[in-house]
Amino acid sequence: MELQAVLMAAGGGSRMTDLTYNTPKPMLPVGNKPLMWYPLNLLERVGFEEVIVITTKEVQKMMATDPKMKIDVKMKLDVVCIQEDGDMGTADALRHIQQKIKTDVLVVSCDLITDVALHEVVDLFRAHNATLAMLMSNAHEFTETVPGQKGKKKTAEQRDFVGVDQSGKRLLFMANEADLEDGLSIRKSIMRKHPRMHIKTGLVDAHLYCLKKAVVDFLADNKSISSIRGELVPYLVRKQFSKTTNSPKIKDDAENQNQKTNDSSTNHELLISSRDEPLLQLAQERSCWNDHRGDMSEAYHGGKLRCYVHIIDQGLCCRVNTLAAYIEANRLAPKLFEEPAVHPSAVISERCQMGSDSIIGALCQVADKTSIKRSTLGNSTTVKEKVKVTNSIIMHGVTIEEGCNIQGSVICSNAVIGRGADLKYCLVGNGQRIEPEAERTNEVIVGTDQLMEI
Amino acid sequence: MADSGVTDEPGTKDDVHRAKTEGKELSKEEKQRLRKEKKQQKKNKEKKDEKASHESEKKKNKEEKPVSAAAPASQPPTQPSTQKAVPAPAPVPVPVSETPALADKPAKTKADLKAERRARQEAERASKQAATSKPKAPPNELQPVVKRLPEHVQVDNPGVLKKLAKKLERQQTPGCNAATNAKIPLRLDYGYKVSLFSHLHQYSRKAPLTQQLSIPSTVIHPAIVRLGLQYSQGIVAGSNARSVALLHAFKQVIRDYTTPPNEELSRDLVNKLKPYISFLSQCRPLSASMGNAIKYIKKEISNIPSQCKEEEAKRKLLSCIDCYIDEKIILAAKAIAKSSIEKISNGDVILVYGCSSLVNHILCEAFEKNIKFRVIVVDSRPRLEGREALRRLVQRGISCTYVLISAVSYILPEVSKVFLGAHALLANGYVMSRVGTSQIALVAKAFNVPVLVCCETYKFCERVQTDSFVSNELDDPDDLIVTRKGKTQLEHWQDVPSLGLLNLVYDVTPPDFVDLVITDLGMIPCTSVPVVLRVKNVDQ
Repeated sequence: MELQAVLMAAGGGSRMTDLTYNTPKPMLPVGNKPLMWYPLNLLERVGFEEVIVITTKEVQKMMATDPKMKIDVKMKLDVVCIQEDGDMGTADALRHIQQKIKTDVLVVSCDLITDVALHEVVDLFRAHNATLAMLMSNAHEFTETVPGQKGKKKTAEQRDFVGVDQSGKRLLFMANEADLEDGLSIRKSIMRKHPRMHIKTGLVDAHLYCLKKAVVDFLADNKSISSIRGELVPYLVRKQFSKTTNSPKIKDDAENQNQKTNDSSTNHELLISSRDEPLLQLAQERSCWNDHRGDMSEAYHGGKLRCYVHIIDQGLCCRVNTLAAYIEANRLAPKLFEEPAVHPSAVISERCQMGSDSIIGALCQVADKTSIKRSTLGNSTTVKEKVKVTNSIIMHGVTIEEGCNIQGSVICSNAVIGRGADLKYCLVGNGQRIEPEAERTNEVIVGTDQLMEI
Repeated sequence: MADSGVTDEPGTKDDVHRAKTEGKELSKEEKQRLRKEKKQQKKNKEKKDEKASHESEKKKNKEEKPVSAAAPASQPPTQPSTQKAVPAPAPVPVPVSETPALADKPAKTKADLKAERRARQEAERASKQAATSKPKAPPNELQPVVKRLPEHVQVDNPGVLKKLAKKLERQQTPGCNAATNAKIPLRLDYGYKVSLFSHLHQYSRKAPLTQQLSIPSTVIHPAIVRLGLQYSQGIVAGSNARSVALLHAFKQVIRDYTTPPNEELSRDLVNKLKPYISFLSQCRPLSASMGNAIKYIKKEISNIPSQCKEEEAKRKLLSCIDCYIDEKIILAAKAIAKSSIEKISNGDVILVYGCSSLVNHILCEAFEKNIKFRVIVVDSRPRLEGREALRRLVQRGISCTYVLISAVSYILPEVSKVFLGAHALLANGYVMSRVGTSQIALVAKAFNVPVLVCCETYKFCERVQTDSFVSNELDDPDDLIVTRKGKTQLEHWQDVPSLGLLNLVYDVTPPDFVDLVITDLGMIPCTSVPVVLRVKNVDQ
């Protein structure tokens, strides 16, 4: 077996609490399919036959019981539940399932919606015998107005600085703005080996990683690393150029401990060796290939630890972790699957104007003289007469009474919008009732008991 | 003992020949395979025109002979090739893939058959000229004469392509995956091919074979997928490196192998290796050294006695592979270095071309022995491998000069010796090496500079070629595109209908230009290669 897939679906959606306080993030409907379906579909399309899903008990229950949120994939899903208290990071979760991991692992986050050709990332991992291969994409600015946002959009939050080499494939440097207090400093060892480095800031990390099995074993020994993206990846990128890993033979742990000075937090070294190491070495020596030129060192500068990144320019790749991303995803996601926009079981009256880019879920009832443009209607939604829905996302089980005008809004499940309400750029929480003739603009309407949750 | 066949086809004929030559009874599978091949050949021929019907008669006659003949006859392979070569209008001879079969024919009927065939060919040629004129390359016209060209040099023949696709489909991994009927994908050709080379494959590096495979590859062992990727991207390049990497991957395959119930390791493992070899040859055509290594492994596997336990058998195989690498590559390099150092004297100016691992090793060893010499490295586009050779030599402290191949006649007056590496040594003494080598040998001959070719014996192959068209490798044509000062002139070469980019990889150097071949068996002249092959086969 070459790769095992692990889907991380235990995240809380901390940046979109308005949507996730009732529905766990992996189950949020995007284009009327649960968010988890998209990465699972990606894995199924490329040929995976089983996936280990790390999630919470709540999500597992919803997956099994809720018919509205069925996930129909043909793969075998091995669901592992972890505690919901939120202290477990992604690396902690990987450590938790260390017993199940027998080969190299492909970690995917549940909020990734993409149509990338996965073989590009995995080919980098295979061909260069890399320790880490990840996927990133050039970010697009979100153009839609986000409900509940007052004033201008926040200026760039914590940016990521990513340094790649000339070819654009080898990952040389990765740091978050938060960690760089007094400027960006690059070690001389990196500059000596790769004098030309391209530093990019506009990249979005897709949270898709191919990791060698040795990394999982290393995580098991080092309990201080709790997040893959936050701690493990920068650590691996840094370790590429540290002196200890450049020694031709990886000796046992005791010797390496004496050589280390900086990484006091980690106890054991990353053992990257394989059987028949001398044969591989011989093949590399005899091969007339080098990944760089201009200096006197051999291929890969003799380093064993290598990190690669595949950056995509075109194509869909978005991570649904903020409200803006969620709205964007709802618009773009339907292009990923070929199901008809209107579910066959929906009851649509003839005098309804429906744009071609709208999606109607199962068992919907749409009455006369309604206009639905660029919107998504969830399952079992009822829309009465003379309603105008534009640019909005309506989740499951919502009732919209007559004469409403909903524009640019997100209405969560089981909400009821009273007669004649006019909602512009609002977010209506789960199960809320909007009184008739209400006029709300740019508001977040949630229950009072959720207001205290931060 | 008849020479075993060429390794261009993934080994089906080799099994049969090996079985026959070793005196074993043809196993059931091998007999079935023979029958299937005969049937397919018949079907193929029935589809073609009248010319083909003549062909099938001739071919059937020839097929009959090897099956019945058991008496080996050691004849030099050049003789059958002259029989087959059509005189005058088609001077291009064909790679002899069926020399052992022909060698089995008794001598007295050879002349008769020759005359018969000549008469038939005259008739066919006349009828073809009367019919439509075909603007095909010369090798195609020779198809009636040739018994069977290897499939990778018949790319412009749709019938052969269909056969190849079907063969890839049939080659599923046996055992647990047989139910899913997974198959090896067929890599598609890319771009316009220059007409002289339209019978060869031309692939694009941007369209790897892994696109069509499932990601956790279950059909093909992951080590083999990794190897195929490294071949197609050029990460493992060079005859020795490719063989070592191949054997390393095979070691992993053997380690992970378990014999399915009711099967014997000696037969099943060989069948398991076949789809892997097809996959690798789709990624990049196999080299002669790889072919010999594969033959060796298959022989070792088939020689495992059936009562041997699986663990022991696997251990034996792994040690055989280690032994092969040690003897044929590492020790051979040492022996060749020792002999070559006698030829390098103080004050020498040595010219090398491209990056040959063996030549680099020799020069480094000579430098260790404190011989004072300097090196001129000649390089050529698009690979520019000389830069890597330059790096390795300068790192050791050898003083080097670097020129491109266009300056070779300018620099040759300074040179005292030329050392060349080889990809393979053919049975008629021709040296197959990186494209540009024959150019260097030619110019060196004109300047009376001795040319020494260094080559291990495991790269000797029974193929016969006298030119570089018949069997070669076409690399990605986009490699020839270069950007200078921001302008890429050839960027849209595919839009120009009359433009074709040709990126050849190998060429053959005639033995007249080579003064000495240094092998691990000693220093031999180029024409002694068939003798070495004969001796090698007797040993085995």
